[in-house]
Amino acid sequence: MSETYPKRPSQLFRNLSAKIASVPMILTAVVVFAGGTAWTVLYSFTNSKLLPRFSFVGLDQYYRLWAAPRWGVAVENLAIYGVLSLIFSLAIGFLLAALLDQKIRFEDTFRTIFLYPFALSFIVTGLVWQWLLNPDFGVQAVVRGLGWESFTFNPLYDASIVIYGILIAALWQGTGLVMCLMLAGLRGIDEDIWKAARVDGIPMWKTYLFIVIPMMRPVFITTIVIIASGIIKVYDLVVAQTSGGPGIASEVPAKYVYDYMFFAQNLGQGFAASTMMLLSVIIVVVPWAYLEFGRARRG
Amino acid sequence: MRYCLTTAALAAGVAFMTAAAASATDLEVTHWWTSGGEAAAVGELAKAFDATGNHWVDGAIAGSGGTARPIMISRITGGDPMGATQFNHGRQAEELVQAGLMRDLTDIATKEKWTEIVRPKSLLDSCTIDGKIYCVPVNIHSWQWLWLSNEAFEKAGVAVPKDWNEFVAAAPALEKAGIVPLAVGGQPWQASGAFDVLLAAVGGKDTFLKVYQDKDAAFAAGPEIGKVFKAADDARKMSKGTNVQDWNQATNMVITGKAGGQIMGDWAQGEFQVAGKVAGKDYSCLPGLGLNPMIATGGDAFYFPLLKDEAKSKAQEALATTLLDPKTQVAFNLKKGSLPVRGDVDLNAANDCMKKGLDILAKGNVMPWTDQLMSQDTQKQKEDLFSEFFSNQGLTVEDAQKRFADIVSSAD
Repeated sequence: MSETYPKRPSQLFRNLSAKIASVPMILTAVVVFAGGTAWTVLYSFTNSKLLPRFSFVGLDQYYRLWAAPRWGVAVENLAIYGVLSLIFSLAIGFLLAALLDQKIRFEDTFRTIFLYPFALSFIVTGLVWQWLLNPDFGVQAVVRGLGWESFTFNPLYDASIVIYGILIAALWQGTGLVMCLMLAGLRGIDEDIWKAARVDGIPMWKTYLFIVIPMMRPVFITTIVIIASGIIKVYDLVVAQTSGGPGIASEVPAKYVYDYMFFAQNLGQGFAASTMMLLSVIIVVVPWAYLEFGRARRG
Repeated sequence: MRYCLTTAALAAGVAFMTAAAASATDLEVTHWWTSGGEAAAVGELAKAFDATGNHWVDGAIAGSGGTARPIMISRITGGDPMGATQFNHGRQAEELVQAGLMRDLTDIATKEKWTEIVRPKSLLDSCTIDGKIYCVPVNIHSWQWLWLSNEAFEKAGVAVPKDWNEFVAAAPALEKAGIVPLAVGGQPWQASGAFDVLLAAVGGKDTFLKVYQDKDAAFAAGPEIGKVFKAADDARKMSKGTNVQDWNQATNMVITGKAGGQIMGDWAQGEFQVAGKVAGKDYSCLPGLGLNPMIATGGDAFYFPLLKDEAKSKAQEALATTLLDPKTQVAFNLKKGSLPVRGDVDLNAANDCMKKGLDILAKGNVMPWTDQLMSQDTQKQKEDLFSEFFSNQGLTVEDAQKRFADIVSSAD
């Protein structure tokens, strides 16, 4: 151990090997993510068709986008699906986790059963629920077969409620994961807190609501981010379950982007739609990130 | 290259293929013919091409044209072109040609006198851009057919209709017998195609061309087209309760007598054949809905990307020749259920419905189809409108026509 400290090396060269190792990832992030995003936004102001072409048309693509009935339906669907999916997957996920946390028997078995749908892709989930909700083969047919002849449950072919049919499938697939995250959070709560609450005579539901949930804030934030990103990009589930139908009643923005870029061979329109999706993410994420990280720095 | 990153990734995924015999020149051919009958038809092409001393490397892409075309296009634009690729001739590959990525086939065409053998001429016109020929048409597929289940009409106690109007009149009887009068699957292109067929059948060829070729928006908003929308309104009422997605499931409803009829292209015939049904006895077909017997000359064609490899370019020429060979044409089209592109071949084995089609073709009652007249962009907007129209009874005929006229006014 030497007594004299060498001159402090330049900040730039600290952990040099680590920095060199991360250069490819930094490049990827900058070129692919940032560069690709900027390129997409730029070309959304052009009239590119099959191939990107730089002929500027101003906001034309955006006017057309917001005049298209299909885009309106897609945005509305995403709003309904997003809000309900967020609320229900959190509520059901937490409820299941809290129930599993009661030191019940066969906890492992239940946990596996609840998490199992998550192992299936959205495509498989969509197909399974397409059959389950099919009026001629699925739930409706089974209940009618039991004797309730007038029973009607036909969400996938009813334009006004089709989005709820998709929501059911999404919740079936996704709540297992939420439950697991919540369970991990619950297990992270110190046993002493429960004991203290019990000594003070606080009922269990109050303990959950006012002590445990606030303590699980980081888990909730992680979960919300995971659910929210899933909501914005929902595409495969709709494709597998209804392919946007009946008519255009279950269209979502991501599907609009894909269809117009590749089927309609109209890149400009697809780019405009994807830029709107990006904008909506920014509107949600930026205030949240500001609150979250801004506070952390101050605190 | 503007597309580099995405296309490289896509191409890497698609370019997977097996090594083939080393002696012959390998030529990869991409297409989206993957159903049973289609695969058999492609087998005929491959056999004929292999006989020329080259080797056909099959690049089938599952999931129909909508899935396959983006993959093909990104391979061509991404600098990993295949030897030849299927497109529907018309405007799907227009921009690729304009970007100079496709091979000019004019020399071969003049040498082999394509202009004389290909019938009808409009097929080759669709392959021609700025006076140069860029593709080889291989078959004619027409949309304008009404397929009817004889069994269903028997059950309902009415005669099998001879045209669309009789069909509409028979609908209540079918409904009473628990039969869906008209099967229309949930895929958007089915609703849109059904409307186009109605437009051509109820309105006639000139009306069709005025809307889709001249893009006359005022005419599209007028009373003439109003009549067509009225017919489409009948169609959507008759299609209530179809509850299936894919076109072949809808065809299956007709095959099994669960539905009275279906407006679908001649590719539906393959389904009837596979099910062992006999034209005229088990099912009937009405070209042009029985009102206006016309055949649209849509179909499939092969395009050849510009290649640097000398040997492969040679093989491309051999393939182009093979595709139009009379023997290949017969073998391929019999399996495919489509009509051959040359008039001088003999199709004795054709069934009743195919013969009806050949007859119309021989009389020259042909017209171009939407693939040849409009861009994919416009077609997609049309699909959005009609899939909504057919599923949402709340969308009135007047509103739908107004939106249709809007699409026509901005069509390209």
